[in-house]
Amino acid sequence: MIFCQDFFGQEEPTAVAFLNGLKCRECGREYPADPLNVCDFCFGPLEVVYDYATISEVVSQDSISKGPLSIWRYKDLLPAEADDPVDIMAGYTPLIKARGLGKTLGLNNLYIKNDSVNPSFSFKDRVVSVAATKALEFGYQTIACASTGNLACSVAAHCARAGVRAVVFIPSDLEKGKIIGAAIYNPVLVAVDGTYDQVNRLCSELADDYPWAFVNINMRPYYAEGSKTLGYEVAEQLGWRLPDHVVVPSASGAMFTKIWKGFNEMACLGLLDGVPSSSFGVDQNTVHHPAVTTKMHMQQAEGCSPIATAWANNQSQVIPVRPDSLAKSLAIGNPADGIYALKVIDNSGGSAYAVPESDIVEGIKLLAETEGIFTETAGGVTVSGLKHLAESGAIKPNETTVVYITGNGLKTQEAVEQVVNPLSIKPSISSFESVFEGAK
Amino acid sequence: MGKQRVKFTFEESLVKQPVIYELGRKFKLVTNIRRADVGEDVGWVVLELDGDEEEIKSGLEWVSSTGVRVDPLGGDVIDG
Repeated sequence: MIFCQDFFGQEEPTAVAFLNGLKCRECGREYPADPLNVCDFCFGPLEVVYDYATISEVVSQDSISKGPLSIWRYKDLLPAEADDPVDIMAGYTPLIKARGLGKTLGLNNLYIKNDSVNPSFSFKDRVVSVAATKALEFGYQTIACASTGNLACSVAAHCARAGVRAVVFIPSDLEKGKIIGAAIYNPVLVAVDGTYDQVNRLCSELADDYPWAFVNINMRPYYAEGSKTLGYEVAEQLGWRLPDHVVVPSASGAMFTKIWKGFNEMACLGLLDGVPSSSFGVDQNTVHHPAVTTKMHMQQAEGCSPIATAWANNQSQVIPVRPDSLAKSLAIGNPADGIYALKVIDNSGGSAYAVPESDIVEGIKLLAETEGIFTETAGGVTVSGLKHLAESGAIKPNETTVVYITGNGLKTQEAVEQVVNPLSIKPSISSFESVFEGAK
Repeated sequence: MGKQRVKFTFEESLVKQPVIYELGRKFKLVTNIRRADVGEDVGWVVLELDGDEEEIKSGLEWVSSTGVRVDPLGGDVIDG
C-alpha cells in the first residue's frame, strides 16, 4: 500500500499495483502495463514485471494475515490496484488434512486444497477476480471469454458483481448444467455452432476486433497471475512453509507454472519461516530459490495430454492435440504455457502423468467416499494421478503432499450418473428390512 | 486488407515441405515469420499473414488441408 495525494492535497490510502510493466518471455522486450498479451516483435507471451524492491518493503506475514479472507489478502503481490477489487470472495479456501484418502493411499501427511468451494465453484474465480479488476482499471465496460464451463460461470458472476457487461462464448453442445451455471448471472451468452477448433479461432479473431477485455487473451498476463494465490495460500495455511509435493491438474499449464512462481516469490521475499529474503535475479519469471524444494507433479487426462506426453517422451516441444476427454475443463489441445510447464517440472524434480480416461470417474468416487468432497472430472484426474504417484513410490508416506481440487462435482454430474442406484422399497418397514438385509 | 497472427505446427512427414513458400505463392499473402523451432520430427512456426481477409481465410484453409495444424497465436483461447 502506498499513499497518493488527491486533488485537494490530502493524503488518502490508495492501493497501487507494484508493477514495472510487461516483458516478453521469449525476447525480453519491455512494454508498459497495458492490455497486451503478445510481443509485437517476436509474438512471444508477455508477463508482468513487478517492483519487488518496493513490495519487499511493504509485504510481510503480518500484513497478509490482517488482509481479507480472499485472494486480495495478497494484494501487494497481484498486478491490479486493490482499492476496490471485483471481489466475490474468491480464494482462502480450506486446506484439509486428508486422513481418509491418505489412509487409503498410504500417505500420512496428505492435504487437500479444496478450491471447489469458491463462489462460482472453481479456481477460475481467482484469475477472473484479478482480470476483472484490471479490466475496470483499464476502463473496459465489457468483459468476455470463451469457455467450456468454469470460466464462463466465473466471468459472468464477476461481471454481475462489478455491474458491467459479460459476453460469454460457449460451444453449443455444452452440458446444460454448465450453461445454467453461467446464464443465471445474465451475461450475453453466445452459443457457437462449431467444432472446438472453430470456436477457438472465432474467439481469437473477435478479440482483435472488439474493444472488450477478453480475460484469457488481452488480459492474460494479469489474469494468469491470480493463480499464484493457490501457492501463497497453501504456504500460509501450512504455517508459512512449503509442502514436499504438490499434485496439480493442468490444461494450459498456466496455473501449474504460477503455483511454482508463487512459492518462489514467497521464498525470495522472506515470507517463509526460516528462509531469508534474496534477490529475484535477472528473470523474475524463472527464478528458483534454493529453499523451494517442492516437487511439482502435473496431471492431465489421457484424452488431452500434450504436456504429459512431451514430458514422457523427453521432448522440448509440446505438440498440439485435438482434445477428446471426459475432463472438459482440462481440454486444451494447444497449451499456451506448455513449454514453461515442462521447465517447472524439470526444475522442481517433479513429474507429469497422463491419467487413463477410465480412471477419472474412479478418482471422483475415491475422493467423495474417503473425504466427503465431490469434485468435477478434473479432480478425478488429479486424485487418480495422486494414487499413481503414491503406488509408484514417487511420494513417500511421511512426505507432506498437497493435492489441488480445482472444481466442483455439481458441474459435471453426468459423468457420475451411474452411482445413482437406490434401494427401491414399498412404504413399509417389512419392505425396507427385507431389501436392506439383502443389500447388506 | 487485414493481418492475422497464427501458429503452424508440422508433423514429421511435413517438416520438410515448403508450405509457407507455397502459401505465399498460391495466395496473395505476405508471410512474415517471427519465431520458429523446427526439429527433425516436429516443428512450429509463428508468423503473421498480411493480405485480403478472404485470401487469408482461403490460405489458412489450404494450409490445414495439407495436414499442417493451424492455431491462433498464444494457444487455445477457449478455456475450461
